[in-house]
Amino acid sequence: MTTVLTPPAPVSGSGKAPRQLRPSREPSDRIFHGTVTGIGLFVLVIIASIGIFLGYQSIPTFRHYGLGFFTQTQWLPELDKIGIAAVLIGTVEVALVAMVVAFPLALMLALFITDYAPKVVKGWLISVVDLMAAVPSIIYGLWAVFLLQPHAIKLSRWLSQHLGWIPIFHVNTDPNAAVWQQSRYTSSVFIAGLAVSMMAIPLACAVMRAVFDQAPLGEREAAMALGGTRLGVARTVVLPFAKGSIIGGTMLALGRALGETAAVLIIISPAYEIKARILEAGTQTTSALIAANFGNATKSQLSALLTAGFVLFLITLIVNSVAAVVIRRSRSGAGTEI
Amino acid sequence: MTTGTDVARFQVGQGASASSRLRAAPDATGPSRLDAVGVSAWFGDNLVLDDVSLSMPAATVTALIGPSGCGKSTFLRILNRMHESVAGAKLAGEVLLNGADIYDAGHRLTDTRKQIGMVFQKPNPFPAMSIADNVTAGLALTGTKVSKGDREDLIEHCLTRAGLWSEVRDRLGTPGSALSGGQQQRLCIARALAVRPRVLLMDEPCSALDPTSTRRIEETIGELCSEVTVVIVTHNMQQAARVSQQAAFFLASQGEPGAIVEHGATKDIFEHPSDPRTADYVNGRFG
Repeated sequence: MTTVLTPPAPVSGSGKAPRQLRPSREPSDRIFHGTVTGIGLFVLVIIASIGIFLGYQSIPTFRHYGLGFFTQTQWLPELDKIGIAAVLIGTVEVALVAMVVAFPLALMLALFITDYAPKVVKGWLISVVDLMAAVPSIIYGLWAVFLLQPHAIKLSRWLSQHLGWIPIFHVNTDPNAAVWQQSRYTSSVFIAGLAVSMMAIPLACAVMRAVFDQAPLGEREAAMALGGTRLGVARTVVLPFAKGSIIGGTMLALGRALGETAAVLIIISPAYEIKARILEAGTQTTSALIAANFGNATKSQLSALLTAGFVLFLITLIVNSVAAVVIRRSRSGAGTEI
Repeated sequence: MTTGTDVARFQVGQGASASSRLRAAPDATGPSRLDAVGVSAWFGDNLVLDDVSLSMPAATVTALIGPSGCGKSTFLRILNRMHESVAGAKLAGEVLLNGADIYDAGHRLTDTRKQIGMVFQKPNPFPAMSIADNVTAGLALTGTKVSKGDREDLIEHCLTRAGLWSEVRDRLGTPGSALSGGQQQRLCIARALAVRPRVLLMDEPCSALDPTSTRRIEETIGELCSEVTVVIVTHNMQQAARVSQQAAFFLASQGEPGAIVEHGATKDIFEHPSDPRTADYVNGRFG
């Protein structure tokens, strides 16, 4: 490296100015530079064009319904009553249930992979978790409906029996009835959330695992040499080191959970009602709403659906951007390297 | 090369101070005697240390010297069971802490490491913790409960012993990572002392530090050896001569595992080495 750097002379006055250094301009460099820059820009253009398209399509809906679009719970195009209040609540509820289930599982799975699993199991388990991410979401939907739901509703009933006094666990039926109304517990936010959590786990786990592996060996050894157990090492070194990525990975998974469509669509029974009763049958999410009504929508209904999509797009964009910022900040690794 | 049955042991009592220290038998919490008996080590199928035996008497400083790759750091890591944390690492032989084998099934790994502390080549304080929390990290890790008053006394005592107290007494709440390299290393020494080890292993503790910090740590080692047995790996001949009472010279010939060539009182190793290879090394002719 023989690049000559000018001394940091004051730029103002006496005709002194930093020299202009010409970067390398080999033809191969220029071609490659142009190609990767083009691809990078292309991604930005795609995202921006989606946003602009959705925003443009939303204009008629916002003109017609105004802010009422955000406060109206019903989705009745025939009666000209359209709003996403209930749908947004349902979307957030499903995503939150998914994250409450996925977060501890993903965290412990990642910790097991990096700190506990024998080498052979480790490689094998990484592949399986990656495979979890590759399973189509409709498969998780079918799995939830036919395999999980018949058992999960027993847990739902148990929760409502014992914790029913907490509003979110309440179900509008008698949980202690001799012949209990099973259909009151199916197709709920809870079941949909369980299915979505299966798709959120691999994403959150992958981010956490990658960062747990980077926890400095010197600090790990310091904790071990002080007489720390593996759990002690994890708590003292690994988790504090990865704090930002744990938050960021969880938010990335939340972004995934907010937009999940196919599985949710076949699990839930549509209900346009603002309610916190997650164990009870019936809810609606934004993406499921769009998927269910897209096929037979009129022009104005289509605009309303695209507006719902626009809102979802903005929410996931914000969640993912915050996640990216949190992860990038933590990766700067302030204070981890001496 | 010392191999096979040619097992060499320290002639304890060569220095008057060493022998008198040894005769003051170590109690349950004081400095302990450490004996390595027939220790060999492998990484995978590669034998890196062959049948090394060495006695490290209580309350003395033992220096392990030798060129890079001669197995002295591996030997040091065997003394507190850190060697086995590396994938594929194996070992043979015994390490006796006051006569009890630390590799015995009855010995808990975490207890062993608590009794035989370690300071590493690169300072490694926990960056997310304050200076005070760094000192007491070992207590938290081993589930040792102390009252608030005892904790403050312990922090002051350990930082004083490590020669850091006067520099950090006003900022115990600031992160350990904000200190200079030499201060960080002394913080690591304080952290290791807080769990009251009987033996303190030091793996080239000054190699990443400037001369002033090195001198402070050498002074600290000199003050520590009355309360803890010290074993130090160093590349610095002058340092070995300054801080240790006994020294062991490790060497690995081309393609051969490392072993002890010669050991004894530091003075003898430096002034009257019996093996020509030792003489060449301590006089800087190789390594």
